[in-house]
Amino acid sequence: MSRPITIGDTVRIRQAFPPGHVRTPYFIRGKTGEVIRLLSDYANPEELAYGRDGKPALPVYWVKFQQSDLWSDYAGQEQDTAVVEVMENWLETMDE
Amino acid sequence: MSDPHGHDHSHADDDWPYPHPKQPDLEDGELTEHMVMAEAVEQLLIDKGIFSADEMRRMLEQIDAKSPAEGARMVARAWLDPDFKARLLEDVNAAAKELNIDAGPIPILAIENTHALHNAIVCTLCSCYPKFLIGLPPDWYKSRNYRSRMISEPRAVLAEFGTMIADDVEVRVHDSTADLRYMILPMRPQGAEGLDEEALAALVTRDSMIGVTVIDKV
Repeated sequence: MSRPITIGDTVRIRQAFPPGHVRTPYFIRGKTGEVIRLLSDYANPEELAYGRDGKPALPVYWVKFQQSDLWSDYAGQEQDTAVVEVMENWLETMDE
Repeated sequence: MSDPHGHDHSHADDDWPYPHPKQPDLEDGELTEHMVMAEAVEQLLIDKGIFSADEMRRMLEQIDAKSPAEGARMVARAWLDPDFKARLLEDVNAAAKELNIDAGPIPILAIENTHALHNAIVCTLCSCYPKFLIGLPPDWYKSRNYRSRMISEPRAVLAEFGTMIADDVEVRVHDSTADLRYMILPMRPQGAEGLDEEALAALVTRDSMIGVTVIDKV
């Protein structure tokens, strides 16, 4: 990370498809959203799943996406959103 | 074998006089590799003394004993007491203790519905749910139908629950993907003024705490 992530930052979810136990849903990979809440640090599930200790723990963020950015055929309202918990190792900050 | 009722499956075990199949026993279903693995791991953990069969049973009993009523009490208190509501929105597990409710070991966040924002919960990856607070999730919550459609066409799914959200309200779906669980703090219905905490709690349903319904007027 080039800088700490703070509320209001625009972030892109890494468009990566590593094998194994990953808690980042496919539908947000490569998508851009806004960090709206900072959560605690949690053990890395991608490590925990294989019996390791999950350290270092990673900060988790609420990232808010516009539904119309996630689904090209979204049939709801323009203001509708989805909020997903994302671990820091999946976030890319955007150059302002 | 003779065919007394017009179809041809065999009744090898006994004489079943009804024109419909028996309800299968649990063991008649396919035993998948993952089911075998889960049983084997459970047995290993018990054999190695990580936990006992008694502790396993007690944990299941503890989860089974939870019900939406515990969450409903918290919602009702939050409607009546703004300070409690603030603490609930800050930390559900700590606020639960004030009401002598054990919300379990997993952190839960409360999310408030308002006139401008309707929130609902899904776990697209599996079936994360605040079960230590409000009990086991309904079967539909775990279905692929709900998990895939709630995130991509929430208004259509809400409509199937009879929940029509106005066009100028933001519908926000929370995907519970990591270490937190969520409960929705529904809006207090109109006409509920003057009701005490117990009467208010009786209005609060499981589905309203998932966010797939709103609580109608009293």
